[in-house]
Amino acid sequence: MIRDHFRVLCVDLSSGRGNVVSLDGRDKEAGGSGLAAILFSKYGLADKPWEDPDQPLIFAIGPLTGYFPLMSKTVCGFKSPYHDQYTESHAGGRSALSLRFADLDALVITGKANKPCCLSVGSRHIELKDAHYLWGMDIQASGKMMRGMSGSSGHRSILRIGPAGENGSAMACINVDTYRHFGRLGAGAVMGGKNLKGVVINGDRSFDLPENKDYPGLFQEVYRELTDTEMMSKYHNLGTAANLESLNKIESLPWRNLKQTSDPAIEGITGKRFADDTLLRNSACSGCPVGCIHVGFVREKFMKENQYLYRQVSYDYEPIFAVGSMLGVTDSFAVLGIMDVVEKIGLDVMSGGVALAWATEALEKGIISEKETLVSLKFGDAGSYKEAFYHLSMGSNDFYRLLAQGTLKAAEHYGGEDFACVLGQEMAGYATGEVFFVAESLGFRHSHLDTGGYSYDQKHKEKDLEKAVNFLVKDEESRVFLTSMASCLFAREVYKEERLADCLQSVGYGALADNMEAVSRHIQKLRWQTRVATGFDPNGVIIPKRFTEVTTWKGPVDEDYLNNLKSEYAKRIIELAKYEGNKR
Amino acid sequence: MKVLRTPRMERCIGCHSCSLACARLVHKHLSWDTAGIRIVSSGGLSTGFEARSCLACNPAPCAMVCLTGAFSQRKSGGVVVKKNLCICCGECAKACPVGAIYLNPTGEPFVCIHCGRCVPFCPHDCLEIVDVPGKQPTEKNLKGVAS
Repeated sequence: MIRDHFRVLCVDLSSGRGNVVSLDGRDKEAGGSGLAAILFSKYGLADKPWEDPDQPLIFAIGPLTGYFPLMSKTVCGFKSPYHDQYTESHAGGRSALSLRFADLDALVITGKANKPCCLSVGSRHIELKDAHYLWGMDIQASGKMMRGMSGSSGHRSILRIGPAGENGSAMACINVDTYRHFGRLGAGAVMGGKNLKGVVINGDRSFDLPENKDYPGLFQEVYRELTDTEMMSKYHNLGTAANLESLNKIESLPWRNLKQTSDPAIEGITGKRFADDTLLRNSACSGCPVGCIHVGFVREKFMKENQYLYRQVSYDYEPIFAVGSMLGVTDSFAVLGIMDVVEKIGLDVMSGGVALAWATEALEKGIISEKETLVSLKFGDAGSYKEAFYHLSMGSNDFYRLLAQGTLKAAEHYGGEDFACVLGQEMAGYATGEVFFVAESLGFRHSHLDTGGYSYDQKHKEKDLEKAVNFLVKDEESRVFLTSMASCLFAREVYKEERLADCLQSVGYGALADNMEAVSRHIQKLRWQTRVATGFDPNGVIIPKRFTEVTTWKGPVDEDYLNNLKSEYAKRIIELAKYEGNKR
Repeated sequence: MKVLRTPRMERCIGCHSCSLACARLVHKHLSWDTAGIRIVSSGGLSTGFEARSCLACNPAPCAMVCLTGAFSQRKSGGVVVKKNLCICCGECAKACPVGAIYLNPTGEPFVCIHCGRCVPFCPHDCLEIVDVPGKQPTEKNLKGVAS
């Protein structure tokens, strides 16, 4: 271990000053999700709105970051502009290893700069630079500028926002190193609200390793499993995009605002189609030999005389679902073309795609008109969606400004709540059935990765309420330990409990290794307590009617089972959020 | 004798597994810097990656400027490193034409010793360790470098 406590850099943008804080809790809150939650408890203002300048934006890594493969994620904790409650978003890229080698377990940013700025930190470095000239610049251009401005030649991570974040969109992401994102629930707007265009994290320190033979041997074993076995081949090969075909096959892929769950037009947007036609290369987060990042290309003719430009766009299952099947766009290059626009403007592609799918159906039904949408939205028309995404990020009119705060907010105003595909936030691409719909609606970060609800649906036809809810609670408990390490969840088959204990032991976290179950339960409770303290009421969550109209491989969705699951899971979350003398 | 080569860097995914392996196994560090091979983007992450590692010069300019014997010429190219003789002057890094030597904040140099321990950690087979004949630098070559 590097030290037995957390080393946290707190930067106040209002004063332009920072200070290093030592914080206990390594054996109790571990890092990542647990660390972000205690930092929010310490610096967050539960009863103040998300845009209060004093609210913190937290980036936290875990005790195994850098020590083992795929321990490559950073947890971003913040009060979300989407629901004004505490949440997390996770990203990789170089961010986690850069924080590790900047010798920071966490970076906490509070305050608001008096003009647009960029923050640069490292192990021996902190600087707040005027960046008014970057304001309004897209993600790609600002990334290149920040790279040039940062000067140093070492390894670093570059986080930045685009116009969506500057304009306060609750769907704005933070782009991490071009191909990764703190995507969901509006972290980009938190940065924008602080006048913070970008953050450069310089990973410029090295550490001595523990003097034992266990660590390198264990590393080798984990590395072998990750690279020489079939465990990770799905992610390495076609990548998550492989799921498009399989979910379409089992009638679980949302199409055209979830009016369908399967369509023969899948042929144009399968993982294989993307790989065969559009894949340029793979890339990886630092510290991950799997290389699941699939980078495709878009090519545009910009002059008659055969003059072309090209851009590289990373793709995954979720973005393809969100701007492909959900918008009825069934050509792989057209899908990448939309993603390219979304990347530049700094929107969360999943939220934006699902929001525009609702807008398309609302337009079809005459609930809204082109006066609102400004362009004629039609399922399958990639060109109109590119324009609409631009309006969504810029907040071109009242309609888009409201839609950018969440589909249900727009639906409450204009109508069409029944067909808003919102499960806590705009849905992830799994129309697998009742368990997933409840899991995402009530899940801590309304992510398909909070629990394996989508997987449970695919394996269980029976409607056993207790079994399903027990699964969700236990699965969250094990996942929250992984996100506190902070591991990529793709590695969850490799990092089983015993293996994690060995890893922690080998680098000196013996107490944590001996107490993993209790620590997991504690962090799970702590996160729910933090969420509920900021206003979350699981009983208040509504699952729109559209989800009860879905037919999956199991047949039509059972509304009673869905509602019972929701009530029971809500009850369990409320139980988890109760204080039982475990307050720090 | 063996020499590390990086012939297939266009396959590199930027995972840094090679650097981390060198730091871990050779230098007993957790680092992506204190390693004989370091991976940098070619000008942003959309342009691919390059390896910064010793090209096994013979004669090696870094060895020629080392006045304490910490770096000495390796027969098959590159250098033999004796850390206990190093005074951390940093001249070796300045002399390297390809930026293969990393100086840590205290000026300690890290350079590839051509042991090949990074090679099995590359998931895309970008690296290889090859046999080359061991040759002493000729007087003519040494003069050429010195001038």
